[in-house]
Amino acid sequence: MANVSTLNATGAAIDAVRTEIAAGPRGKKPKKVLSGRNVMIYGILGLAALYYLLPLYVMVVTSLKGMPEVRLGNIFSPPMEITFEPWVKAWAEACTGLNCDGLSRGFWNSVRILVPSVIVSIAVASVSGYALANWRFKGSELFFSVLIIGAFIPYQVMIYPLVIILREIGIYGSLTGLVIVHTIFGMPILTLLFRNYFAGLPEELFKAARIDGAGFWQIYGRIMLPMSLPIFVVAIIIQVTGIWNDFLFGVVFTRPDTYPMTVQLNNIVNSVQGVKEYNVNMAATLLTGAVPLIVYFVSGRLFVRGIAAGAVKG
Amino acid sequence: MTDLSNSVSIRDLSLSFGAVTVLQNLDLDIKDGEFLVLLGSSGCGKSTLLNCIAGLLEPTDGQIFIKDRNVTWEEPKDRGIGMVFQSYALYPQMTVEKNLSFGLKVAGMPKDEIAKRIARAAGILQIEPLLQRKPAALSGGQRQRVAIGRALVRDVDVFLFDEPLSNLDAKLRSELRVEIKRLHQSLKNTMIYVTHDQIEALTLADRIAIMKSGVIQQLDDPITIYNRPKNKFVAGFIGSPSMNFLTGELAEEGGRPVFKTNGTSFSLAGYEATEPLTPGRKVVLGVRPEHIKVDGDLSGEEAHDAIVDIEEPMGADNLIWLKLAGHTISVRIGGARRYKVGAKVRLGFDMTMASLFDAGTEERI
Repeated sequence: MANVSTLNATGAAIDAVRTEIAAGPRGKKPKKVLSGRNVMIYGILGLAALYYLLPLYVMVVTSLKGMPEVRLGNIFSPPMEITFEPWVKAWAEACTGLNCDGLSRGFWNSVRILVPSVIVSIAVASVSGYALANWRFKGSELFFSVLIIGAFIPYQVMIYPLVIILREIGIYGSLTGLVIVHTIFGMPILTLLFRNYFAGLPEELFKAARIDGAGFWQIYGRIMLPMSLPIFVVAIIIQVTGIWNDFLFGVVFTRPDTYPMTVQLNNIVNSVQGVKEYNVNMAATLLTGAVPLIVYFVSGRLFVRGIAAGAVKG
Repeated sequence: MTDLSNSVSIRDLSLSFGAVTVLQNLDLDIKDGEFLVLLGSSGCGKSTLLNCIAGLLEPTDGQIFIKDRNVTWEEPKDRGIGMVFQSYALYPQMTVEKNLSFGLKVAGMPKDEIAKRIARAAGILQIEPLLQRKPAALSGGQRQRVAIGRALVRDVDVFLFDEPLSNLDAKLRSELRVEIKRLHQSLKNTMIYVTHDQIEALTLADRIAIMKSGVIQQLDDPITIYNRPKNKFVAGFIGSPSMNFLTGELAEEGGRPVFKTNGTSFSLAGYEATEPLTPGRKVVLGVRPEHIKVDGDLSGEEAHDAIVDIEEPMGADNLIWLKLAGHTISVRIGGARRYKVGAKVRLGFDMTMASLFDAGTEERI
């Protein structure tokens, strides 16, 4: 053909354009690591983390120092000689009032308060949440509103009447009384949580179970419960940390023998007689805070998932 | 008392939520072994009616009879009904087998009887290989089959379906539709089926009840509903593409009744009127797209000139939109026949298949 050469030339030109296109941007756009944005974000996050971690660091290092070293006053310096003496003392020997068996007594008291309070409050709240979501009765909305208002009233207002009520029933000062108080005050927020979660489950499941002939408790136990693990985890976390960290009810509704850990910690740290043993105080505080901390670390992911699941529907 | 051949009877049923009235003095008799479809757009009260029959909603007033037993105050489980839901409502934590057996176990049925019933239902629905799976491991069609199975094992008189196919894709929907029909033919149970899909209603039903704002507009077999709609709402609701409506008035030309619109008259010869066609009455003429003849189909009857506006080829059919006497009319013709936009067409109405409605009451005349 006459114009083969022209064709070839055009072909070559097309190829050249193709390579140029191929060399152009393709796929993911590369990002600079040290951009101004990244520096800002990580800088601020780092500062915030430092701000929160520094006191914890001071507590840990102080609790591992002996008193002579504490007296030097270098609170940021790591211990020259690591000693676990303060931890042992805080746990088993520190004195509060007449008892000199350390925080261990308070720890076991707290456990004795915590376990029944968590179980009873969650059991009651999950059933009432289920009833409010699925078995609407006359006045159920009003009942729910009243319950929610309860969440906004400061606890302090109700302490004196509660003391009198418990005294009249004859359980003031006992662990039973405190368990009841924790259950009552856990109700508003937990019922809200459970009601919203159950309301978010498909209504048709409930209808299908009713047609299958299941009653109130059968639907609760065999249909609803197996589907609500996340929300139970959330409720357990809220209650464990809340009840463990409680100070006010603990100090009001128990006797020195049955003081929970938080009250005992306060009594150890705020004792005005003798030498201030900062290392023992730090160790005692860390011991008291360990339980909620462990709970958060273990179940953090489930917690977030459950909160998100419970928050969807109002 | 109720007629013995009735499976489900509803007497004077009303339901209101506060100020909102959903159902109003509704009466309905469903014969033994009948397949009744409740059809209507969303919010018309059809699902509410089904829930009342199931006992999941308490009526404000009225009575419900199932098998000549007044069940108005009975629990759902004691009514002899099985229900299939749109979202399948399978218990997610249980295997298919446990899902099927749950109701029977609750009722305290002996184990060998439960096994027998599950085997039968699984056989009918062909879900034997799925029995040990959890619902999450099933496809939509399989899930709905299990949900039907759950109603089947209860060995009930009445099946209630609440839009069972609406969550499935188009292909599965038509497959399962045929299966439900086959199921009804072999079981011969009474079935009440709620849907907003007119194809499902027309293909499945022995009778269709078309509902609007809590009132049954027409209760008839599918053919009557399609060809002799009682009012304009039913006429417009059923049929796709929908019926053409032309507003105009009745007149008389040469001693014969005609329909006049924008100066054009259409002879009403062949129309079976239920009321005298008094001249001057304001009416609406309804003609379905397939009851209009074009060009070659005409065989000597009255015809008019029209202009092609838009053409919509749909494969098997071809829908053309024509301009006639100030109205736009859709006409369904064979898929092979094509028209150019702007082309001139001769068309005639098949008045034996048309409907006339009073312009005020919108009732058929």
